[in-house]
Amino acid sequence: MSPYKVSLKINNLSVSVDEGTTILEAARKLNFKIPTLCHHDDLCVAGNCRVCVVEQVGNRVLPASCATPVSEGMEILTNSMKVRQARKHIIELLLSEHNAECTICYKNGNCELQELSNEYRTGNRMFLDVLKKSAVDISSPSIEKDDSKCIRCQRCVRTCSQLQAVSALGVINKGKDMKISTFLNKPMNDVVCTNCGQCVNRCPTAALVERNYIDQVFDAIYDPKKFVVVQTAPATRVAISEEFGMGPNRSTGKMVAALRRLGFDKVLDTDFTADLTIMEEGTELLTRLKEALVDGKNVALPMMTSCSPGWIKFQEHIFPELLDNLSTCKSPQQMFGPLAKTYYAEKINKNPADMVVVSIMPCTAKKYEADRPEMRGSGYKDVDFVLTTREMGMMIKQAGIDFEKLSDEKYDSILGESSGAAVIFGNTGGVMEAAIRTAYEIVTGREVPFTNLNIKPVRGMEGIKEASVKIKDVKPEWSFLEGVELKVAIAHGLSNAKELMTSVKNGTANYHFIEVMGCPGGCIGGGGQPIPTNMEIRKKRAAAIYEEDEKMTIRKSHENPEVQEVYASFLHKPLGHRSHDLLHTHYTAKKRY
Amino acid sequence: MTKVEELVKKQAEFHGYKRESLMPILQAVVRSERFLSEEAMVAIAKELDISTADVYGTASFYTFMDTKPRGKNIIRVCKTITCHMKGKDGVIEALEDTLKIKLGDTTPDGKFSLLQANCLGWCHKGPVMLINDEVYPELTPQSAVEIIQKYLKQK
Repeated sequence: MSPYKVSLKINNLSVSVDEGTTILEAARKLNFKIPTLCHHDDLCVAGNCRVCVVEQVGNRVLPASCATPVSEGMEILTNSMKVRQARKHIIELLLSEHNAECTICYKNGNCELQELSNEYRTGNRMFLDVLKKSAVDISSPSIEKDDSKCIRCQRCVRTCSQLQAVSALGVINKGKDMKISTFLNKPMNDVVCTNCGQCVNRCPTAALVERNYIDQVFDAIYDPKKFVVVQTAPATRVAISEEFGMGPNRSTGKMVAALRRLGFDKVLDTDFTADLTIMEEGTELLTRLKEALVDGKNVALPMMTSCSPGWIKFQEHIFPELLDNLSTCKSPQQMFGPLAKTYYAEKINKNPADMVVVSIMPCTAKKYEADRPEMRGSGYKDVDFVLTTREMGMMIKQAGIDFEKLSDEKYDSILGESSGAAVIFGNTGGVMEAAIRTAYEIVTGREVPFTNLNIKPVRGMEGIKEASVKIKDVKPEWSFLEGVELKVAIAHGLSNAKELMTSVKNGTANYHFIEVMGCPGGCIGGGGQPIPTNMEIRKKRAAAIYEEDEKMTIRKSHENPEVQEVYASFLHKPLGHRSHDLLHTHYTAKKRY
Repeated sequence: MTKVEELVKKQAEFHGYKRESLMPILQAVVRSERFLSEEAMVAIAKELDISTADVYGTASFYTFMDTKPRGKNIIRVCKTITCHMKGKDGVIEALEDTLKIKLGDTTPDGKFSLLQANCLGWCHKGPVMLINDEVYPELTPQSAVEIIQKYLKQK
């Protein structure tokens, strides 16, 4: 923060703000809302949509408030005649190039352009319609791109480069032909896109939306021959409430009740397989450490988590030389699928061919993940349909369920029990924390030396976090770990991941275990979560996740009785033969360019 | 390593690996290859460690950085208002007749591409065309054809 204060007047009210503050931020301080489109709190200034223009007394031109810093003695009017007129024209010009089929649009009711034209009551059409026809790109199983809805604000472009360091989307051509597109206008599925969906979260219109599978899921539910089970990811339970105007809040019980009312035959939990992931991944880490330290084998370390399919595809494209470092564990979603269609199907006496596994995920990349050819461990497509938190919200609304008034219900058993360690998978640092809680205890026989099991150093919104745990007084079978300082690192958002991977590649990093989540904040900030998103919202969701963890009776994955049972009667041991077939996978290098 | 990859590598060595080297490298490739192929753009992205969408986006901004194959000689007739009023349409028609191609196309022998350009800054002497880096002002349909004949005689 700058030590210098700047005084100015906005709509005749005096305000004093730090030097460097924009007019937009200063106006927000006084609770004056200035409309924005290209501006996004997570992204750098663009100043291209001009909708945030204001009048500066004594200045002939109207400055864009998002891109203009305050200056001493400035007098700003946010709602003068000139401003209103200009703004209205800007909105009308945007609409003249926009495919305004609002009533049949997927984003109907959740579109910033629609909201603005509603506020400004852009009645008569002042400008000629110059909409260009374009085909919708549905090549990707995760993301749909419709240029006819695009207002070229470039939030997606900035997201893709700034937050994710991918730059699959760029600005192509110029002038009236300018558009947002990929390398040589290739389909989204043929470029480096990781399907993370962060662009979808930030698109103000419906130019970028998730591929939705709502109708297919309703069809399955209505089909009496199908046994439809649903699994819910950790991060969905603290965000679904936002779809009903209730803010980020713990609403696991209501969510379970709503899904049951939607007609799913069983409501189960991805958290169960998150616990299972810890058993498999924790064992894998300890095995790799043993191979490296005792057997002197040349194993790939640091080991890296593999729960985030956006991150996986990123590695396959950008760092194929580090693929051996990725844990071979499938993500919790993809562990759930094959277990549901083998172990669970047997238990409940169902033919897996008649089963439909639906996932509710905070993620668009999970749709792609479920479609990967490797994900057929059960002999069927392990996970049939993946819906985002947003799609679940739409289904609940369509079914006329009053979410707010629902009473809490519990997950079905089996495959419904979970620990606090599983729910924190939703936050950046969560998989790491869960893994340490279990691995430390396996090795030493004692709980981790942190108050109330909360491993604070791995928490928080810092882009790259580092921590270390000193391991001492180990059990005899783990003597090779005596005195070892386990070094870990955590990154969230792919640009942070890229930075961390570059240091691993260059050999300047010295970690044993790295957790990466593809989206800012982890899954709670996933590309399938309710729109809008910003740091404040993500922090609230993260806090709700930690609260959920603290309220759980079981806090450690290895203490989950259903996990113990699945090992006792089906999988036998972590990294065992069956685990290998059902729960582990491999990765393939993909073209970077 | 292909010829284009080698060219890009050399250019990157010469101009440096920072993002600001993108423009001179693009220009060098266009100078030597007449256009930017997919292969060339991929090679540039690799050398500078930037995304291919960035390379393509930059190239597509500039009319003179073609991403489609072009002929040995690129004719660009100024399309802006002064040249239009001074009869550029007649010039284009005559060129189309002589070369037996339409605007935007390349002759089958790869000798000529016929394109338009935005204002070339020769409004006082329009209509004007550019062949490669040569400017030809005050054209008439006949003079344009004569100029083309000159190029046709070169091998």
